Amino acid sequence: MKKIIKYILLDILRNKIIIAYTLLLMVISMSLFLLEDNASKAMLGLLNITIIIVPLVSIIFCTIYMYNASEFIELLIAQPIRRTKLLTGVYLGLVASLFIATLIGIGIPVFIYSPDTSGFTLLFTAIALSTVFASLALLSAVMTRDKAKGIGLALLLWFYFSFIYDGLVLMILFQFADYPMEKTMLALSMLNPIDLGRILLLLQLDISAMMGFTGALFRDFFGSSQGIIFAAGNIILWMILPALLAINKFKNKDL
Amino acid sequence: MIIATNVNKRFGKLQALDNVSLNCNKGQTIALIGPNGSGKTTFIKCLLGMVIPDSGFITVNNKNISHDWHYRKQIGYMPQMSRFPENMTIEQVIDMVKDIRSDANESMDEELPEAFGLKALYGKRMRTLSGGTRQKVSACLAFLFNPDILILDEPTAGLDPVSSEILKEKIISEKSKGKLTLITSHVLSDLDDLVTEVVYMQDGKLRFHSPLTKLQKETGEEKLNKVIARIMQNQ
Repeated sequence: MKKIIKYILLDILRNKIIIAYTLLLMVISMSLFLLEDNASKAMLGLLNITIIIVPLVSIIFCTIYMYNASEFIELLIAQPIRRTKLLTGVYLGLVASLFIATLIGIGIPVFIYSPDTSGFTLLFTAIALSTVFASLALLSAVMTRDKAKGIGLALLLWFYFSFIYDGLVLMILFQFADYPMEKTMLALSMLNPIDLGRILLLLQLDISAMMGFTGALFRDFFGSSQGIIFAAGNIILWMILPALLAINKFKNKDL
Repeated sequence: MIIATNVNKRFGKLQALDNVSLNCNKGQTIALIGPNGSGKTTFIKCLLGMVIPDSGFITVNNKNISHDWHYRKQIGYMPQMSRFPENMTIEQVIDMVKDIRSDANESMDEELPEAFGLKALYGKRMRTLSGGTRQKVSACLAFLFNPDILILDEPTAGLDPVSSEILKEKIISEKSKGKLTLITSHVLSDLDDLVTEVVYMQDGKLRFHSPLTKLQKETGEEKLNKVIARIMQNQ
């Protein structure tokens, strides 16, 4: 499996998209830090980049790469390798490349301008979201044979987690405005990795006071070590579960 | 070496394999023939675990192959349409497969790359290669690890006459080492000096499986294409 990761990683680094993505992240975060004199204002801008651009690029890039790697997969499937190992290798190769890109593109500017807890939380969130969306990309690429459908599904997933989900939560909130919703809100935020990342970051930036009573509740929950562990466990589940489902599906797929 | 028992596979409405049972032994060279869409490639893909049969089972060296992968160490496969990672060079592809496949210092069979003169093209990227050259790379990969079982899906399609002869020579020399070879081809004249057994498939069913000498005797013909033509007329 290490060998497969190595070949995938080499192949990805040879194609220029990942380098362009690294540079894009670098330019955005550098310019944000340089334009704002207050580092935490720049962090807020970076938060939006992390929440929107990072998931979008990772899910689209990984889905397209999976379809382009179909030749690689077909060549190796007839060789003595376990199918699950092959796909796990491809997944980990993708995750590793995104990890490197985020570490350089966001990590270096954060390390220079804001090397504190909120900075590292931001970096951690960006890496976690890249992995989660790579995992979702793997699932959508394995599920659909048609490239256009697969990319469409990937876009839809991103759109759902970025916008539609929040709309749904707002709708529920308004419909049940007369009831105490705090616990439900906590539970609902766990069902969306992007929301989870956003809440963790906003709490770090100390602007949760603006979020009212729910913010206080989040502060209470995510501020405790128990809450942090719970959130981290939840995001790790988001990284692993879709990938596991994809690998399981791939085991019985006809090629 | 290979025993397939009641293998069924259905793709939507199409019954691609209908109760196929086949027994292949060491030292045989088996021609798998039949019209287009008769299930030859599907059967081969089942042998390699690329397509998973709906029912029935296949054993290679007395081991059931479902969800196993060790048995593929003994198989060299040359696909009908070889697809390779497009921006790797020939050398990188060959080295990668070697790297991934070999456990220890196995002896590699580098006869074919030499014979095809592929070494001169090693630096070329796969996407720049012609269909015939791809086919040569694919053949080299199939023979590289000295496998006991060779599965060749239309090996001579796209090869020029010289290369086609080189490949045939190679198959004959491997046969004399007691290996099992499965070949599909539509160019029956290519198979003439190679095969010992004939398997005929149609509409996903296995019509017959018998030694070539027996078929020659029954039909009174010498050449494989005439033998098959005679049988198809009689049906």
